[in-house]
Parts: sequence; structure tokens; C-alpha cells
Amino acid sequence: MQDRLSLVVFSGTVDKLYPVAIMASGAVALGKDVEIFVTFYGLEAFRKGQPQKNMKMDANYPEIGPMMMKVMMAKKMPSWYDMLRQAKEMGNIKVHACATTYDLMDMKKEDLDPIVDDVIGVTEFLSRASEGGITLFL
Amino acid sequence: MAASTSQRIILDARGSFCPGPLMELIRGIRQAKVGEELEVWSGDQGSKKDIPFWIQKAGHQLLGVVEEQGYARFIVKKLK
Repeated sequence: MQDRLSLVVFSGTVDKLYPVAIMASGAVALGKDVEIFVTFYGLEAFRKGQPQKNMKMDANYPEIGPMMMKVMMAKKMPSWYDMLRQAKEMGNIKVHACATTYDLMDMKKEDLDPIVDDVIGVTEFLSRASEGGITLFL
Repeated sequence: MAASTSQRIILDARGSFCPGPLMELIRGIRQAKVGEELEVWSGDQGSKKDIPFWIQKAGHQLLGVVEEQGYARFIVKKLK
């Protein structure tokens, strides 16, 4: 069985993008390959310029979300994007854009943040994910 | 944030959150030579389990954990 962590990133809020970066880092620490499939709001979060300006938190938690964002900034927590970028430098992480969302939104390669490696369809992602390990949906 | 003392490489990861200190250690170990000793400083609670676990899994040697005020020093020897 392949030692692999596969993540489907559907959400585009910062609170969900942190676990993406943290779990990808942990997987790299354990020597696992990481496959990240960004789709729908997740793909929007990887649009060029978005990682630097996206401050959205899940709207379901208006009483804690903004407070947690303030705490993270006060404690100088690195951004999810910087964490993911550093983990990608240290290990084998691939970020795939979902072809369906990409086509639906009439996106071009230059619309995507450089951390995105390629645009693939669901079949290719599932075939990579099914080679083994852990698969999570965020 | 690496500073070299006479024999040990010090990685000060205080103020960094899980898995930051472990990532600093992995980066440091990659750059170190076999037989060299490193110290990673962490105030993060996750490090207490994560760092010794990783050292064992990666096949290095944990020489000791020294508790200081508000942080711990993990002393590691690179074995391979």
C-alpha cells in the first residue's frame, strides 16, 4: 500500500484551509506523499492573489470565528498558505485543480496561484487516491 | 532560526505552533551531518509527543528532553 494522504478541499474558508496545511505538513514529516484536490470554493481559495487576501471564516460560527482569527494574528501564527508552501518545499505534495470547477469558472492557468501543479479530472484524482493511504474531505 | 554553538545546532522554534517545531527539526536534520547533535526548543504541547515519535520513526536518537520555564529542549543526534 502506498504511503499517501489525499485531501479533497471543497471549502475555501481559512478555518478549513489550516487543517489542510497542518495535515499536509504532518504527512510530509512522516514521509507520506500528499495529493490535494481543490474544488469549488476550495479552488477559489487557490486563485491568484486569494491566499494573501482571503480572511473568510465559516459563517456557521460568527461567535467564535472572528475571535479565533484575532487570536491567530495576535500569536503570529503563520498563514495556512505559508505553512503549505513550506511543507511543499520539504516533501512530495501535489496540488491539483479540479477540472470541472476550472472549466465552469472559465479559468486559465495564469488565474491560479503558482502552488497549484496542474488541472486534473475527478477520475485521475480518485485513481491516485485509491492507490492507498488516507483520504479526507474538507 | 538556526544558530550554531561549538558542538550543537540550536533550533529555536519557541512561539511556533504544531507542527512547526517538528518541521524545523526535520529541516535542521536534513542539513546536519551524521553524528551531529541538534537541539530544538519548543513551547508547543504537541511537540512533547510528536518530536520523540518522529525521532524514533526516522531512526535518530533522542538524547534527552530538558524542561525549561515555558518550553522544552529536545536533544537529538543524527544517526543516518
